[in-house]
Amino acid sequence: MDFTDLSRPRNPRLKFSQKLAQISWGLIFLVLALGASGVAMLYSAADGNMEPWASRQMVRLGFGLLIMSVVALFDIRFWFRQSYLIYLVALLLLVAVEVMGSTGMGAQRWIDLQVIRIQPSEVMKVALVMVLARYFHGLASEDIARPTLLVLPMALVLVPTGLVLKQPDLGTGALLLMVGVAMFFIAGVRMWKFAVLVVAGLGAIPIGWQFLHAYQRQRVLTFLNPESDPLGSGYHTIQSKIALGSGGLFGRGFLQGTQTHLEFLPEKQTDFIFTMLAEEFGMLGGLALLGLYTLVFVYGAAIAFRSRNHFGRLLAMGLMINLFLYVFINIAMVMGLIPVVGVPLPLISYGGTAMMTVLISLGLMMSISIHRDVRIPRTGLNTEL
Amino acid sequence: MARRNDDQTRYRIFTRRAMLLGAGQAALLSTLAGRMYYLQILESDRYATLAEDNRINLRLLAPPRGRIIDRFGLPLADNVQNYRVVLVREQTRDVAWTLDALGQIIELSDYDRERVLRETASKRAFVPVTVRDNLTWPQVSRIEVNAPELPGVSIDVGRTRRYLFGDPMTPVLGYVSAVSESELTGDPLLELPDFRIGKNGVERQHDLKLRGAAGTSQIEVNAAGRVIRELTQRRNEAVPGKELVLTLDAELQLFAHEQLAAHESASAVVMNVENGEVLALGSAPSYDANAFSLGISPDYWGTLVNDPLSPLTNKAVAGLYAPGSTFKMIVALAALGAGASPGDLAFCRGWLELGNARFHCWKKQGHGWLDMIGGIKQSCDVYFYELAKRTGIDRISEMATRFGLGQPLGVDLPGERPGVVPTREWKLGAIGEPWQKGETLVTAIGQGFILATPLQLAVMVARIASGRAVTPRVTRGFREVEGEGPVVGAEAPVFAPLDVPEAHLKLVRQAMDAVVNEQKGTAYWRRIAKEGWEMAGKTGTSQVRRITKAERDEGVKKNEELPWRFRDHALFVAFAPVHKPRYCCAVVVEHGGGGSKVAAPIARDILTEVQRRDPSAAEGLPLLASSQVREG
Repeated sequence: MDFTDLSRPRNPRLKFSQKLAQISWGLIFLVLALGASGVAMLYSAADGNMEPWASRQMVRLGFGLLIMSVVALFDIRFWFRQSYLIYLVALLLLVAVEVMGSTGMGAQRWIDLQVIRIQPSEVMKVALVMVLARYFHGLASEDIARPTLLVLPMALVLVPTGLVLKQPDLGTGALLLMVGVAMFFIAGVRMWKFAVLVVAGLGAIPIGWQFLHAYQRQRVLTFLNPESDPLGSGYHTIQSKIALGSGGLFGRGFLQGTQTHLEFLPEKQTDFIFTMLAEEFGMLGGLALLGLYTLVFVYGAAIAFRSRNHFGRLLAMGLMINLFLYVFINIAMVMGLIPVVGVPLPLISYGGTAMMTVLISLGLMMSISIHRDVRIPRTGLNTEL
Repeated sequence: MARRNDDQTRYRIFTRRAMLLGAGQAALLSTLAGRMYYLQILESDRYATLAEDNRINLRLLAPPRGRIIDRFGLPLADNVQNYRVVLVREQTRDVAWTLDALGQIIELSDYDRERVLRETASKRAFVPVTVRDNLTWPQVSRIEVNAPELPGVSIDVGRTRRYLFGDPMTPVLGYVSAVSESELTGDPLLELPDFRIGKNGVERQHDLKLRGAAGTSQIEVNAAGRVIRELTQRRNEAVPGKELVLTLDAELQLFAHEQLAAHESASAVVMNVENGEVLALGSAPSYDANAFSLGISPDYWGTLVNDPLSPLTNKAVAGLYAPGSTFKMIVALAALGAGASPGDLAFCRGWLELGNARFHCWKKQGHGWLDMIGGIKQSCDVYFYELAKRTGIDRISEMATRFGLGQPLGVDLPGERPGVVPTREWKLGAIGEPWQKGETLVTAIGQGFILATPLQLAVMVARIASGRAVTPRVTRGFREVEGEGPVVGAEAPVFAPLDVPEAHLKLVRQAMDAVVNEQKGTAYWRRIAKEGWEMAGKTGTSQVRRITKAERDEGVKKNEELPWRFRDHALFVAFAPVHKPRYCCAVVVEHGGGGSKVAAPIARDILTEVQRRDPSAAEGLPLLASSQVREG
């Protein structure tokens, strides 16, 4: 297989106008469609009011799209070079939040910079994928088989994961771990090593149980049998399933969901927004949203496959998996397939930080797409752009 | 080019792994879609039901109680609005705390407090409990202003039973009152805080029809239990209770009560002799049924219960009296049935001896020779001792039973008592001794064991006047809609003939005519003078104590000289008009003295009034329009 397309320049230096012409309008359309759905659901969540959520979400969406474009227009080589630095900054922020972070929602997650509040674990989600893409970019195919060369990337995954779990934020910790494993997988680490990891992971469950907070344990136990505590920890899951189920095929109609509007469903504007959508628009609405996400994933995969540099492939794929995990964990959670963890639905749930992470991720994907013909040597770039 | 080749190798590995991952992602997404299908299609009905259960609370709508009106359509009992403050346990933070706070706004007695705490504990959490009833406007507005700080407290508009005429109607109407715990049947309607059920009179007798059927309204509530709205399309209105049309003539009832209330304790029944409709049924003293509608005060209750004149007892159906001389018609009929002739004479010298006992006539010097009509007219005791001696107790009791004594007559009023018609078997069973001959003589003048209610005496007269087995009733029927539509109820019944020869009845009626309308008749001075309205009657004076021989030798004391409770009962039974009987009346004045002096004037006035008000008379009134019930 030869992927060399002689009609296209090997190492283009693109002008601004050329970059603009290369922007993935399809992806932007998908982002807008998802964002609009989110605003509509937030409008419904406030009983047909723009306040307090929908209007702010729109502002954030606009701002996020701007950031996304800026990120997209930066050269992929810039991101390649800055990968380690960005990771380091994210790691320092995580440490900082551990030291001085304020407590929001019962866990230390935020750094308040007065102007904006930063959630370092969100930054880390992108930074971890970048740094792993950067690292594996530098490994030859036969190097992947050498265990010693896997020690550093494992540390790159486990250190931030540990810090996030300590906050404690089980959902994000699990996400980091999973996306890390996925990066190892697409980088070509041998299958049997994953088998070992699975066995080891299963063995670690009893030990890990010891480190869980009481409320986290309760959530897991409640997930296994939600009806045991219908008014306590199981309440979210039960009410969410009732809302979903009562939606049926076509839903109860926009603004007509009784479960959400009568406040039987908690946190409808954040983690449980999918439930609300499926109650009001039914299974068809739910599947439509799932379809939009699937298109985003396909887009991400296509960008990865078309990139001529390994960094871009790994990064695009990793970011796509990241997004996928968000979507899957959130929807699986509201449908009672997995325990309740605090993972928002990308571009739909109310919340600024998560949206920023997602849009920056998509910006990076676009940058990869725009600069798909750029070649980056395995040993790295020595020349300035 | 090793490097490029290596990049191709990496790309190949990457592609394969990415494909694998993609397959995994597709599988997971399919899981989500499958789960969606399971929840939203397969289990959709179940979850839809659960969602409805979540959001909908069922509320009972109390039906308005049916009105009670008299035969001419005059309302006797209806419903008026009443503001009250209610408390719903499941919406309060804490019942005791809420009551404390409420106590700052309106006065709350310790009694109410205890009651609310008890009721909230025993009733279901969503059932509102009345804290205080009958609020004034300032109280209502004070509570409304403070409502936001008092979750679970609200003002409710209820309906309260109102009795428009108070005391005089109570013996028939009875009253409604709160449901006691022993009356709970599991019907949630009975658990509503304002719900009242009939406890006496027709309110109790016809409670289920007056009550109506509960409606339901569906209230949408949110997760916190707050009412969002009522789902009006799903409202199921309560079916109002039926309107009860009585046979009673309210004006006549008031008139009768006024006559009765002039005495310490008296009762009277006025009936139509043909169809058994009771036009008035009075018992004095009475009480105000309105006092029960809002919860009777312990003071008033204590007064009623401890009153020696027992106002709570409806004496017209539950008061038992020796009928005295009013019983003599039955003895005469029994004697005639046994072969006696109206012309049979007996000599009264003031007493009759049987064995070694002496039985006295009320007239010490005796009546001389009398035939049967004379015996009744002058109410000679000796004449009836003679009749009874020849007739025997068995025939007398049989005839008494045939005329409605000694048994409940099935009037639609609670508390009716059967009275006593003594027989040989009865005495052996009740007292354990065989019947004595002398007791037959005592029975013949309506004394001794025999006991009857005023209602039974009225029925007895109705049967004498009509010759049919008339039974009494106070209800003409019901109307589905208040104030309109036909009165649907018991058709005017056709009563079976009594199987007593008309000639015998005629003789007795003639004798009763003589009692009132002939000189020397015991009630001659109480006759109705208006032509065509004349009444026929019989006096009765029943002793409540035994007159000893010593007393009799000294000269029997006059009633007025005795303490009230030892005085004789005054009785009078009558029908009118004498030649075409239509109405009958029985009056008993407890310890009133002589029947002719005390009871007969009341009967006379009532019978005059009832004839004056007769719809067929010139001055009469139109009977309730649209009535299907034939006026007898």
